[in-house]
Amino acid sequence: MNKVMSNKLVIALYVLPALILIVALIYVPIILTGYYGLMDWNGIGAMTFIGLENYTELLQDAKFWQSAKHSFLLALFSSLSLIIYLLISLVLAGKIKGANLLRKIYLIPMLLSSVAIAQLWLKIYDPNNGILNSLLEVLGVENTPTWLADPDLVLYAIFVAILWQYAGFYIIIYYAALKGIPESLVEAAKIDGANPIQIAYKIKVPLIAGVIKVTIVLAIVGSLKYFDLIYVMTGGGPNGASEVIASYMYRQAFGSYNFGYGSAVAFFLLIITLIVTWLIRKLTASEDEVQY
Amino acid sequence: MAKKIQETDQSIAKKLGMGLLYLVLTIVAIFQIYPLVWLLMFSLKSNSEVFGLSPFALPEDPKWENYARVWTDGNINLYFFNSVWITLASVLLTVLLASFVTFAITRMHWKFNKLVLGLFMVGLMIPIHSALIPLFDFFLKLGLVDHPLSIILSYTAFNLPLTIMILLGFYYTLPREIEEAAVVDGCSVHRIFFQITLPMTSPVIATTAIINMIYNWNEFVFVNTFISSDKYKTLTVGIQNFIGQYLTDWGAIGATLMISIIPILIAFLILSNRIVEGIAAGSVKG
Repeated sequence: MNKVMSNKLVIALYVLPALILIVALIYVPIILTGYYGLMDWNGIGAMTFIGLENYTELLQDAKFWQSAKHSFLLALFSSLSLIIYLLISLVLAGKIKGANLLRKIYLIPMLLSSVAIAQLWLKIYDPNNGILNSLLEVLGVENTPTWLADPDLVLYAIFVAILWQYAGFYIIIYYAALKGIPESLVEAAKIDGANPIQIAYKIKVPLIAGVIKVTIVLAIVGSLKYFDLIYVMTGGGPNGASEVIASYMYRQAFGSYNFGYGSAVAFFLLIITLIVTWLIRKLTASEDEVQY
Repeated sequence: MAKKIQETDQSIAKKLGMGLLYLVLTIVAIFQIYPLVWLLMFSLKSNSEVFGLSPFALPEDPKWENYARVWTDGNINLYFFNSVWITLASVLLTVLLASFVTFAITRMHWKFNKLVLGLFMVGLMIPIHSALIPLFDFFLKLGLVDHPLSIILSYTAFNLPLTIMILLGFYYTLPREIEEAAVVDGCSVHRIFFQITLPMTSPVIATTAIINMIYNWNEFVFVNTFISSDKYKTLTVGIQNFIGQYLTDWGAIGATLMISIIPILIAFLILSNRIVEGIAAGSVKG
């Protein structure tokens, strides 16, 4: 038994192709990103070593901090929206007829490409022919906003599209977790006279705390790397009002050919992502994981 | 008597409460679905309808020719078939390589098993943008920029961690007796893998395949960065180009977007349970 299943040649044959791929296309590149960040490089010509110059420039780059602020704002909004998703899931996982169909309907936008979603929402927000302003006009609103062209509104407008895209994803996760709670626990609480709100708040939510923790990480880390939707909808505009870290990096590297500086931004993105993941795991780690 | 009234009061309150909950759930459903219905409607309109009439109006006389027009004139047919074959090739490669690795990790005995698994799992957390510049440089040096292999390999590498994670859960719960009996009977590892394990894991393979298919079909950054000629572009980047040229032709834009999402919607109609299961199982990827 052990002999056949410990054949080194077979193990190498099965593991190496995938391992080489992820090392060559994920691990080596992220290390190189840190290294290129130390270079002055236009992507084609020779690299010049400039030490930490890109990183010190980054710390003083107001445009970069503006985009970082937007990324963190999106992370904050996304985490807060989890509360709404959790409430919807609590209702949905109760004895609701058609819950299965509803959660599938909620999921549909999540399956579509960010490019298609961005193009669709560009049309929804169209100041003259979009459904949003037409609806507002029907409701009697004068001076309807220009949404994506308004620096004060653009980030919120994008966030609504993000909400639309990801709502079903989180609802599916919470719903699955809530359905995994043993019926006996809920029944016991009912016999003890707990009302549905107490059951939700005191029993169900604590029991799925582990899943909630994962979704917080997902929402924050996911927000920090948002790109496609914003790149297509506004390109970071107007005048940087919706620029985020990833779109700033992309513009620096593939727009302005500052590959060295772009690498520094990309490396910062990697570090902040890893730190945030680690931090949330650490902060929300409970000594005694709930068991049932 | 008083008690009875109180009871009916309670049941009315309960019914009202339930009605309110259903109302909220329905409003959420409408919010999620109406934009797509609206997309379908404007994809069938002429420009005079889009700009002259209410956006809520139904198309007067559905312009199916919008679809025919973008399919050929807008190169959408080319982008569509590129998306199909690049997606399929990447999915096949990813699922096969991931199955090999998961088999070796859960069934075979070797030293660095945990370390290798760790490498794949940490890969889940790496943002693609942090690898993009060196990847571009790497493919440039290999002559693979503007070559479909660059995106197929990137899709495979970046989807391997998630695929392996979903497969692992299934492999761990799968009984090993049949495989062990096969070893006793003198079966080779390859025969065990291809003739016993792969067929036994077909449900989870289907789940990972459909999830991979959706991610690859929708992918944008790699294609946008690595591919420059039209003949290799996939739908996401293709429709971006197309829309850049037909900014004011809403019917054409709507038809293009519909063509890009219809395959996903059809897959969802047929395989919704698998997709839901895969999304829940692979929730580590955002």
